[in-house]
Parts: sequence; C-alpha cells; structure tokens
Amino acid sequence: MEAPGMLFVPQRFLCLGIRTQLLKTVSSLRSFRFSALATMASKHKNAKRIEGLDSNVWTWLVDLVTLVSLRVEFTKVAADPSIVNLGQGLPDISPPSYVKEELAKAAAVDRLNQYTRGFGHPALVKVLSQVYEKICGRKIDPYTDILVTVGGYGSLFSAMQALIEEGDEVIIIEPFYDCYEPMVKMAGAKPVFIPLRYKKAGNSASSADWVLDPTELASKFNSKTKAIILNTPHNPIGKVYTKEELQLIADLCIKHDSLCISDEVYEWLVYTGNKHIKIATLPGMWERTVTIGSAGKTYSVTGWKLGWSIGPQHLIKHLQVVQQNTLYTCSTPLQEALAQAFLIDFKRMDDPDCYFYSLSRELEGKRNRMAQLLQEVGLKPVIPEGGYFMIVDVSALDVDLSDMVEDRPYDYKFVTWMIKSKKLSAIPLTAFCGLETKEQFEKYIRFCFIKQDSTLDAAEMILKKWSKQIA
Amino acid sequence: MLRRAGLSLGQFLWRRKSSAEFSCSFGKAKMSRPVQAQKLEGLDKNVWVEFVKLAATYPTVNLGQGFPDFSPPDFVKEAFVKAVSGENAMLHQYTRVFGHPALVTILARFFGKLLGQDIDSLTNVMVTVGAYEALFCCFQALVDSGDEVIIIEPYFDCYEPMVKMAGGTPVFIPLRPKTPAPGKLMSSGDWQLDPAELASKFTRRTKAIVLNSPNNPLGKVFSKKEMELIADLCVKHDVLCFSDEVYEWLVYDGKKHIRIASLPGMWDRTITIGSAGKTFSATGWKVGWTFGPDHLLKHLRTVHQNCVYHCPTAAQEAVAQGFQREFERYGKPESYFVQLPQELQQKRDRLVQSLLAVGMKPIIPEGTYFLIADLSDFKAEVPDLPDCEEPYDSRFIKWMIKNKGLAAIPVSAFYSTAQKRNFDHLIRFCFVKEEATLKAAEDILQQWKLKKTGP
Repeated sequence: MEAPGMLFVPQRFLCLGIRTQLLKTVSSLRSFRFSALATMASKHKNAKRIEGLDSNVWTWLVDLVTLVSLRVEFTKVAADPSIVNLGQGLPDISPPSYVKEELAKAAAVDRLNQYTRGFGHPALVKVLSQVYEKICGRKIDPYTDILVTVGGYGSLFSAMQALIEEGDEVIIIEPFYDCYEPMVKMAGAKPVFIPLRYKKAGNSASSADWVLDPTELASKFNSKTKAIILNTPHNPIGKVYTKEELQLIADLCIKHDSLCISDEVYEWLVYTGNKHIKIATLPGMWERTVTIGSAGKTYSVTGWKLGWSIGPQHLIKHLQVVQQNTLYTCSTPLQEALAQAFLIDFKRMDDPDCYFYSLSRELEGKRNRMAQLLQEVGLKPVIPEGGYFMIVDVSALDVDLSDMVEDRPYDYKFVTWMIKSKKLSAIPLTAFCGLETKEQFEKYIRFCFIKQDSTLDAAEMILKKWSKQIA
Repeated sequence: MLRRAGLSLGQFLWRRKSSAEFSCSFGKAKMSRPVQAQKLEGLDKNVWVEFVKLAATYPTVNLGQGFPDFSPPDFVKEAFVKAVSGENAMLHQYTRVFGHPALVTILARFFGKLLGQDIDSLTNVMVTVGAYEALFCCFQALVDSGDEVIIIEPYFDCYEPMVKMAGGTPVFIPLRPKTPAPGKLMSSGDWQLDPAELASKFTRRTKAIVLNSPNNPLGKVFSKKEMELIADLCVKHDVLCFSDEVYEWLVYDGKKHIRIASLPGMWDRTITIGSAGKTFSATGWKVGWTFGPDHLLKHLRTVHQNCVYHCPTAAQEAVAQGFQREFERYGKPESYFVQLPQELQQKRDRLVQSLLAVGMKPIIPEGTYFLIADLSDFKAEVPDLPDCEEPYDSRFIKWMIKNKGLAAIPVSAFYSTAQKRNFDHLIRFCFVKEEATLKAAEDILQQWKLKKTGP
C-alpha cells in the first residue's frame, strides 16, 4: 500500500490552537477516504444506526484549514499570514494554575493512576453534589443522582442512549450544538426542529432578541415527544433563557410528560444583567430533567474531557447502565484534580474571586472588545448574554462569492473565502441547524472569543486591514 | 402508556410493571411511562459494580478487580506530569478527535513494525477512552440487529451486553479443558476450542468473532495453529474479527503473542484493540486504541465522533512518550515490555504455590495477570445450594471476603447464562499486585489451611 506523503503544519499554527498538527495533502486524504477496496464484501458494511452520521462541520473545517496552510507552505508567502483561529470553541488562555497543579499532584499518587468508581470518582461526585445542592436548593445524592462522563458530550450521549429510542421524537431548538441531531438519530429517534426567531430590527442585536414562538413550540409537542433538548447559555447564539422562557418549556414538558435534557455547560459564563436559571429547579421539572455540566468549560480545560449528568435517580440510573456498557469509567487523576479544584472554588462560592465568576468577568471584556472590532469593520455582531461565542451577520459586506462552485450555503462559502483571503477562521452557522432553516441562518458566522489578548490582537489587525479595504 | 402497536404480551407486561414501579416510588410530576430505552433491558447487572463495592466495604486483600496496586513506571508518570505542568498549555485543550498526533504516529510506527504492515497514523489508528470504548465502537459501528457475533467462553464480561446493546445475537463456544499430562498442573493451554464445534458456529448471519488473546480470565495465549483455525473460518465465511489484545505484553514461559491481523487474509477484516492501562500499568488513564483497515475504522470513527468525540489530551501525550521510549528499547532487557512480564511471571508462580499449598487447584495462565483456581475441594466450607439462583463461586467469594478478608472474582461471571452452572466452581485471582499484597494473601491462605487441617 503506497503511503501518501505526510506534510506537517508549521509550528506557528500549533500555538494558535489549530487542532491538526500532522496533515496529509487534502487530495490524498480524500482519495484515501473514497478509495474503494473492491475486494470487500457487503458484510463489512456499517451498522444502520450510523448511516449518514459520518461527516460534520469540524472535519470540513479541518480539511479547509489544511488546504489553506498547505498553500501557504507551497507558495512560501513572505508575510506569513498564519490563520487566526476564532472558529473551534477552545480556549487558548491558560487554565488557572491551581487546576494544573492539582493534576500534577494527582498523577504523582500511585493509586490515582488506577481505576476508580465507574459512575464517578467519590471525591468528585461528593463535591459536585455540594456545589449543585447549593445552587439548586435541594438534596443531591452523589452516588445515585450524578454520573461523571467523558465531557459534556459523553453526558449527552449517555442520556440519549439511555432514554431515547426508535419511535421517539426529540425536540431540538435551532441553531443547536451540532452533535444533538446525529446523537438523536443514532438512538433511532426522530429530531423535530424549532428555530429561535429574531424578533427585532435595528443595529446592535442581542442574543435576547432571539426567541421561541410559544404557539410554534407547543405545536411541536405530541404524544411521541420523549424529550426536548435545552441549551442555556446557548451555543452558538449566546442566549441565556429567562425564567419565563424556561417556564414555557417546562409547562409543555409537564403537559406532555416529556423529559428535558438540559445542556448547561456554559452555566458560569453569564454576563452583566443576566442570570443562569436551571430548568430543573422549576416546579415539576427535577423529576424529568437531566442537567449536563462540563469541566472543560468551567475550568478552561477542554482537553480534560470530563462532564457530568445530574438528575433524579430514576433517570440517572439508566445513564449509569449505559456507562457500564460503553466505557465503564473515566480517568482517575483528572477526576481527582477536578474534585480538588472544585473544593477550592466551592469554599469561595460567595466570594467574587471564585473562578466561576472571575472567568465570566474576564470573558465579558473580551466579548465587548470582539463586538467593537466587528462593528468597526461593518459586521453586525449579535451580543451574547452568555457563553463564549458570538454570531455575526456578514451580509452587509455583500462579498461576491458567485465564483465558488461548491454546493454549500452562503456561510460555508463565506468562511472558506475568509480563511483563504483574510486568514481568519470562524464557523458557518448553518452547521448548527436543520435543512429547513438553512436560509434563515446562512448569513451568520460564529466567532469564539475565549482567546488570549495576542490572538485578539491578531484578529484586530486583520479586521482593521479588512475595513480599510472596504472603505 | 403504550406507544407502539403490536407489543408482545411479554413486552406489555414488562412495561406495565415498570410503569407501576415508577408510579409507586415517586411523588407527583414524574414520568408515567417506562423511561429507559428498551436496548438497556437486561444490561443493568454488572459483576464489577457488585464486587468492587463489596471489596471496598470489608477490609480485604484485594486480588479481585484487575488493576495493579503499584505505580506505573516512572518514565510514563513523569511524562504525564510534564505534559500537565509544562509550558504548552494547549495540552489542556482539545486535541485531534481520532487521536493525538504524537500518539497515533508512534502507535502506527510501533505496531506497523510488529505486524509487518504499513499502518497509516491517520486512517488506520484510532484512540479511544480505554479499550472498553474501542470495543463499544466496534459493536456499534459494525453489528446490526440480526447479526450474530461469536464469543469464546470464558469471556471478558462486557462483550455479551455490548453485542446485545447493538442488537446482535451472541453465539457462544466454550474453551474445553483437556486433562493435563500425568504429574503436570493444568495450564490455560489445556483449554481448547473444538475445531468442528467452532466451524458449526459460523452461519450466514455471523458478522464477527471476538478473540481475546491473551485471554481474561483464563490466561490462555492462543497458539499460531489455533489462530489459523479461526482465521481460516473468518476468511471462508467473510467474517470480521475484533481482536482484544490488551494483555499482549504479558506472556510467560517463552510463549509468543500472535497478532491475528498479521495472518494471511486477516488485516482487511480485523480490528485490533490495545490498552495503555494494561501496557503501562495505568488503568486509571483510560487510554486505548484500535488499528485496522480504513474501510472498517472509518465506521468506528463515526461512532466515536458521535459518542465521546475527543479523548483527554495530556494522558495521550504521556502514552506517546512512553511508546517512544519503548520503541527505542524494543526487545532489550531495559524495556518495560520485557521487565513487566518477567516480574509478573514470578508473582504468578508464587501465587500458584500458595494456592496449591492450601488445596485450591490453580490453572497456570500462559499470559495476562489473572489466574483461575478450581474450588472443588472447598465445597465443604461453603455448602452447595442446588436451588439457589446465585452461582456457587459468587456465594463462595462473598463468604471469603467477609470471613477471610480475601477478594477474588467469580468465573461464572465470564460465562453465558447457559454455561454458568458448568463453571461455577472456579474463581479468578489477579496477581499484578505488590509484594506486600501477595504476602498478605499468602498469609491468609496459610491461616486458612491451618484452620482446615487442624493443629
């Protein structure tokens, strides 16, 4: 078998957080993927449950960035326009030092390098129960009401595998974190979409302007509705659902006896004037809600891949059964370190220095800076109330992309053009919606602003230069 | 609440019962219908959850669950500490979904050499959350409702529920113990597949066979001839092979671990699974991997990206460093892959002696860090209860934990329902333990013997 040539992305890309460091030429990659091994019989076919679930926006982006960086490599552009990556949601800021120190400490203890309790390391589930008891104002049993998973992603997967099956419908609010749809499908169920709709006209929009239509939402519920997936604070728009909005959803869940899978990974990242409310704390909702959290987003350690599901025993026990039949247990040293970090912050939960609040303050500054930069170049950002993403309406720039032949929505083409010509990356918003709403969202792209100052400085330079070209 | 027409009576009753359970147990505003997916039916029991909890409840010398009670080697521990506290803060952030580049590169190089196969780091290797997730991905990716999967008994217990969760049908075939030569102790090598029986298990519906060599719990290291038997049938019936080789380095008495993917016709139909936990004595890191042809691995990638997506970064970096070091020392006396099995062979031999001395009959494992002992002579202490649902070995171990402070795992847990009764007088000990633990176990066994034989 001929081995295609391997090309390495220059070191400079690594520090900007681009994921892939070892890359092939895209053409060889594609031919490798599509090469038909004619001798293979149909018995080697994939299981039906994963049919059509193979591609996603992230592989598209990786391929694109690869292509662009390879061109840079080939043409040896003197000015070295490294791609400033505001696309994928990963911090390039450092996690707090005590978090890193706790991990180093844990790794040095012999027994912490061996298996721990499958459903969650005791020290971790205990402190999680303390933190969330305080927030929810109810007793949470660390052993029966909590499951530790491989990231918030793992919690989503466990919840869906445990509670969703063929014949079920699951309501997904658009735009949505892109994994919800394939996960619902992999569980054999049918996703039912409802879009957030932009209510206002005018300039500087806020994520609060994107709302659900109550009648439309009610129409999506029926006897087959097993669950609704809620994401607050919301990725990609940054919306922080109000109590009234949550009550609307809760009333429908109770009326139709549906579950709520509440993805609250950005729960600490809410900006001035907003409050994160847990739908599980509304009357009648604890019994039917699985609430998901994430260490990656809480402590800026996405590479730890630890998350948790919290809910009533009669739901969590099924997620635990999934866990014991999928990966059994999560990493021990990481869980121990996370437990210690949580203990530190639990003790100062009434103190503004608590990392949960200090990170939010830091990010609010970055949010405001990002918004200003985008406005200066004529783009229309939607100011998020929470999370670390910002969506931007790019239609005012009226970039002519008619020469791009790919059959893709406008935002994909725009991002492709922006990466190639401006060396700035973002994520196309239509990656986060179903087929029917693509037209509604294709003029938006998503930027991530949990980036260190030097990255934002580099973005600023690109945007300022860009605005001069437009003027 | 019945949501599908045409439920069988059994399903109807099950659902009614479940609804009733829910309505009785909780207050108002709860689910009034069975909430869990049907695919979970029967998958809730788990031997580890039960016995790990038990061993933790009582003061025990724990030779039960399979994990070392000593440290991973310094070079990997240091690599991990370096990865998490070094200058590169990006090691705390997401890495490549299908495997950290440094890790997949070295795995491709290392195993490519061993298999004599060109392994591409990007398309032929995928990193998983332990070998456990690798197994999960295999079944979810490639097993559908109506598919049969052959499982050799005794088997690592998760294979069966994983096949079922994927909607497949497990088809079992037992290893059958042959009487050892006179004067010799029984070895795991004396447990063999009957070729005709094995051939009879392959049908049109057979999608895959799961091979585990070295085998947990028996310790069997399949010989080349045995592997060829399996390979021939796979090729003949166009069946896939999921090869769980997590104990690949732990082979004793000069035996050789054979990788079935290296046999003719097998690379294109085999997914090989490995584990950093077993390789580097770091079970808590939960880093595993698969390698195989792209046309199969691409489906595992689809499952993985819809299930956990990324694996933790820092531990992958550390495992990459570990493999790099071993690659440079391969086959040399200072290689950890040479030293660990040497050390474990001695521990094995020592435990064998302790068990013989007390009247248990150990089956000498050719590989892994597990050892099965036959309890037949112990039936007097824990009486047989023919009508009892719980297998004898399980009851015996519970008694042993509470009364002797020694934990092991019942071997019937590694057998299908049909076979449990035939293999319920065997218990599994784990000997990847430090000196003090094995000495403590020895003392318990000695005391036990004295009690039995009297002053």
